Amino acid sequence: MTNVVELRNVSFGYDPSRPVLNDISLSIPRGSVVGIMGQSGCGKTTTLRIIMGAYRPTGGAANVLGHDTGALDTEGLYAMRRKMGMLFQFGALFTDMSVFENVAFPLREHLSLPEELVQDLVMMKLHAVGLRGAAHLMPTELSGGMARRVALARSIALDPQLMLYDEPFTGLDPISFGVIVRLIRELNDSLGATSVIVTHDVQEALDVVDYVWFMAAGKVIAQGTPDEIRASSEPFVNQFVNGKLEGPVPFHYPAPQYDADLELAG
Amino acid sequence: MLIGALRARLERLGGTVTSAVWRLGFASRFLFYLVVHSGTALRRFRLTIAQIYFAGVLSLVIILVSGLFVGMVLALQGYETLQRFGASESLGVLVALSLVRELGPVVAGLLFASRAGSAITAEIGLMKATEQISAMEMMAVDPIARVVAPRFWGGVLSMPLLAGLFSAMGIFGGYLVGVQLIGVDAGAFWSQMQAAVDWNNDILNGVIKSVVFGVAVTWIAVFEGYDAPPTAEGVSRATTRTVVTSSLAILALDFVLTALMFTGGNHQ
Repeated sequence: MTNVVELRNVSFGYDPSRPVLNDISLSIPRGSVVGIMGQSGCGKTTTLRIIMGAYRPTGGAANVLGHDTGALDTEGLYAMRRKMGMLFQFGALFTDMSVFENVAFPLREHLSLPEELVQDLVMMKLHAVGLRGAAHLMPTELSGGMARRVALARSIALDPQLMLYDEPFTGLDPISFGVIVRLIRELNDSLGATSVIVTHDVQEALDVVDYVWFMAAGKVIAQGTPDEIRASSEPFVNQFVNGKLEGPVPFHYPAPQYDADLELAG
Repeated sequence: MLIGALRARLERLGGTVTSAVWRLGFASRFLFYLVVHSGTALRRFRLTIAQIYFAGVLSLVIILVSGLFVGMVLALQGYETLQRFGASESLGVLVALSLVRELGPVVAGLLFASRAGSAITAEIGLMKATEQISAMEMMAVDPIARVVAPRFWGGVLSMPLLAGLFSAMGIFGGYLVGVQLIGVDAGAFWSQMQAAVDWNNDILNGVIKSVVFGVAVTWIAVFEGYDAPPTAEGVSRATTRTVVTSSLAILALDFVLTALMFTGGNHQ
């Protein structure tokens, strides 16, 4: 099986003394749904940005869809992104366009298709997310879950080979959540794509993904199938998966002595 | 102690100056990139026309009403002074020259900055804050070419038209008050105006001013929007900065342009 994404010893930081990513190596095979999980601020969104080419690694190499992202110019980067789709945390729909025009946007920008074909393609994509009837609505008229489904339809408009999801489950009600989970799996399998889900909703995500990379403090600390992760004895993973208060991650943010702050001392 | 405080103050001053120069540099590079990547905005002119509608057509009401009132007030004030010297027939000249040379471009520019410039900044800033700009980049569409350039050209093309309409409306307002209300002779009003207003020296210079103001205001507006921190506070600050900076830019540029155009003996 070939790898669609291959990060080799990738490091990244805005400031060399404080790296955000520290020597990350991970690979994502074609056709799989892979989760990158960890606490907020552990570097998982940065990893996603490395994969989409928004950031260039300051050390190591990122190979995505056969391109070395560090060596691409803007043209090359855009050519690579045409084969990728990305679902943003809150959808990022264009608020000045209708649902139909949002989904038609990538088609109109990249292909010069006859209008009837655009119409057919948009309706097919909207049908896939169950929102064909909402084509004429404006984004402000949609619920959060619907907006995310429209954004999903837009991100698959050009039939991407690699789908990236940035916190796709945040702020969804249980029904919308179930719909999104099912869509991620179905679209991945019907498009023959590869999907990467970045999330901290561990329990939910473990039901969807084939494989998990677990991150903490800019490093990969564990990897495995969902069952292996659930059974992991690694203290951090154990604390995180089970939502325990005590463990390697302290409940308290580093602070001076409590009595000193309450001015009890002396 | 004193030297230390003085040094800190000097350092702060230096820091302010260098950061202002840096920002000007960024803005200039941004303008250059924007102009180079204007292909989409000009090829798919529909995109620019939509922005002419938002920046130009939607500013029409405020521009036309202000123009009318400025012209009417000019006529009232001008008549007051001119009739003291027995020159009330020249009211048309006074109204027309004031509007075409100065008030048309400047007041229309100031109104354009607060009506259209602020809207452009807020829209681009909010698109950035809601990740619409990032989403576009992820779809391999250059947001500067697709979002910024049409807004820039829409503003640049709208501004001279708005200034022209402002002046025309002002002259009409001057006519209403001067001729219809006060009773200045209509023939004298129009013929003296025609004789005294010169195409190159007055009208063309006014148009040049309005084009320069249009570029300045729209450039500031799109840059502030694109550069705004993606937060509610960031966007609101950027919007305020657009109005303040572009108003000051209009006044400063107006002084420079007037000095260049109407001095040095090229105008009788």
